[in-house]
Amino acid sequence: MLMNEIVIEAGKTERHYWVDLWRYRELFFFLSWRDLLVRYKQTVIGLLWALIRPLLIIVIGTVIFSKLTGPSSDTLPYPVLICAATLPWQFFASAMAEASNSLIVNANMISKIYFPRLIVPASAVIVSFSDLLISLVILAGLMLWYHVMPTWRLMTLPLFTLLAFAASFGVGLWLSALNVKFRDFRYIIPFIVQFGIFVSPVFFTTHKFFEKHDEWACRIYDLNPMVAVIDGYRWALGDNASFNEIGLLTSLVVTPLLLFSGVKYFRATEKAFADII
Amino acid sequence: MSDFTIKAEGLGKKYFLRHQAAGRQYVALRDVLTEKAKSLFSPGRGASGNRNTVEEFWALKDVSFEVKQGEAVGIIGRNGAGKSTLLKLLSRITEPTKGRIRLRGRVASLLEVGTGFHPELTGRENIFLNGAVLGMARAEIKKKFDEIVAFAEVEKFLDTPVKRYSSGMYMRLAFAVAAHLEPEILIVDEVLAVGDLEFQKKCLGKMEDVSKGGRTVLFVSHNMEAVRRMCPRGIVLNQGKVEMVGSIKEAIDCYLKQKATQNPIVDLSAMFRPLPVRLKARLNTVRMAGTDDWSVAYGEQPKFEVDLTTSATLSGFELVTCLLTITGTEITTSLSTHTLTLEKVEPGNYIFDVRYEGWHLMPGRYSLRLALISTAGGEDYIPRVCEFEVRSSDLSAKHQTDRFEGMLVPTVQYNLRPKKPEGL
Repeated sequence: MLMNEIVIEAGKTERHYWVDLWRYRELFFFLSWRDLLVRYKQTVIGLLWALIRPLLIIVIGTVIFSKLTGPSSDTLPYPVLICAATLPWQFFASAMAEASNSLIVNANMISKIYFPRLIVPASAVIVSFSDLLISLVILAGLMLWYHVMPTWRLMTLPLFTLLAFAASFGVGLWLSALNVKFRDFRYIIPFIVQFGIFVSPVFFTTHKFFEKHDEWACRIYDLNPMVAVIDGYRWALGDNASFNEIGLLTSLVVTPLLLFSGVKYFRATEKAFADII
Repeated sequence: MSDFTIKAEGLGKKYFLRHQAAGRQYVALRDVLTEKAKSLFSPGRGASGNRNTVEEFWALKDVSFEVKQGEAVGIIGRNGAGKSTLLKLLSRITEPTKGRIRLRGRVASLLEVGTGFHPELTGRENIFLNGAVLGMARAEIKKKFDEIVAFAEVEKFLDTPVKRYSSGMYMRLAFAVAAHLEPEILIVDEVLAVGDLEFQKKCLGKMEDVSKGGRTVLFVSHNMEAVRRMCPRGIVLNQGKVEMVGSIKEAIDCYLKQKATQNPIVDLSAMFRPLPVRLKARLNTVRMAGTDDWSVAYGEQPKFEVDLTTSATLSGFELVTCLLTITGTEITTSLSTHTLTLEKVEPGNYIFDVRYEGWHLMPGRYSLRLALISTAGGEDYIPRVCEFEVRSSDLSAKHQTDRFEGMLVPTVQYNLRPKKPEGL
């Protein structure tokens, strides 16, 4: 009767960690479901919040920045251009922020119950992802309004979304694990979010940036994983000028690296979470 | 060939106590950086700069035992003996520093009921969520849903958010989910210290069913009666080590003989709070006034100084003190409002002086329970703060207390008067 014997040994990495992760998929499902349910509870307009926040950014971006920089795309109207950047950026920012705080918010569970901790930041990302799906309505609406015809390139949108997903999860893993030990990150995260919207091409376009800066600045700029995502979104909607080859290649290296190292760091520190949280 | 379900070999768990950071709950990056910077500028000191500030502490040391399949084992010991750490290791919440644990079968641990409960969700939603947190599959929860609801007696409030539940309903629901777990190994920590007596009995009955159903149960409690009823075997822990393993009777005897070895000032900040509490007022420390070893001679009145912090303005603030026997039976409960009315308490640090008067406790060992309450609800609650001793004294000899049973010797006024013959 040797059913699944579990051996817990000091200093040994869990062999069946990934099996465990699969075994706990229902918990993952329930946590995501809980966060989704709770997200807009006791609010008057509920789900509309998922639309209003990006919508406001789009309006502000359009009103202010179209005056400053002028039209910067030949093919896409300015609001669509901003929308194509706002949606993935909002997703990235909120997924990263929520994931980073997720462990602290669920401290009680972590110190009382065993489960693969990876579930917690993952479900936080899922919640933000559902917001993204809802806010795609705005994009569709704007495209209809401005008569932007979708091409085959629209089919690549999920791929760029996947890239944003991986990037936010990777950063979220790093920050959530660090946040458990150093609460300083609680203050760093809002800063990253505020700062990030200005170094990412949300209110400007990459080719405008490239025109004005030298080679070095452009390569450093490309290191931001959201550059490739936003450029990708714009390109997928039909903006030819947003095609940024080097940015995409850089991101294809940087993002998996972020994700991989994030998982590694998370796994290495996760066992001590219950002791220090 | 042994047929164990749990086998612990040389288990040890080391914690680092940071004295410098006392009172702070987490490390700030700033501290790490300044430490690094300090050691940079004074290379002679190097790591020795940490020597005074970090102390190693073995919460568990070289713990080995075996539990066979279908056995119910009680783990007993005083506060700080390592019981909770042991349970945390067994339930894989934290990793051992040394040694090895082998577990055969699915483990479910109940270190606290209601873990994962979300106040905004309804009772129905929380049953599913909490079930998943405790390791139940969705199909399993569905199958037992009606049973859980009936057990918790919350049928009418299934679609009400649990934040609107009374604390009794909340606890009942939380325990009901937990009670319907069917793991091969069940690890339970003191969850029975909550709820009313009726419900406690129901829970105990349910736990007995579990252990009779061939499952292995590890049960930590200070309630010796409960342990005695549930578990044929016992493990006694003392200061992180296994003191003895044996029949529950021997184990309880051994536990009762242990001498009180606690600090004069008992730190309450990290102690177990089984109920959802608001913590707008927090119990920090408690000491027994006039003694360093938590003992008073019979005839002296026990006095306690409770250090607490309030972080909001509280109305109707009161302290509840409760004395219990070592086996967990409540002897007396007293509210500060009996003698002191606090209309409004501003945020700050306070010391609550508590002095028992009017009767003597019989020589023996007792245990203290503390709670803080305001009109907004339960602020803090620690069911087992610490134990104290009432020593025999000249007065107890004079009172001949050893000849009597019971726990209290009240001051009773007696008067003898001649009876007047009737009819006059």
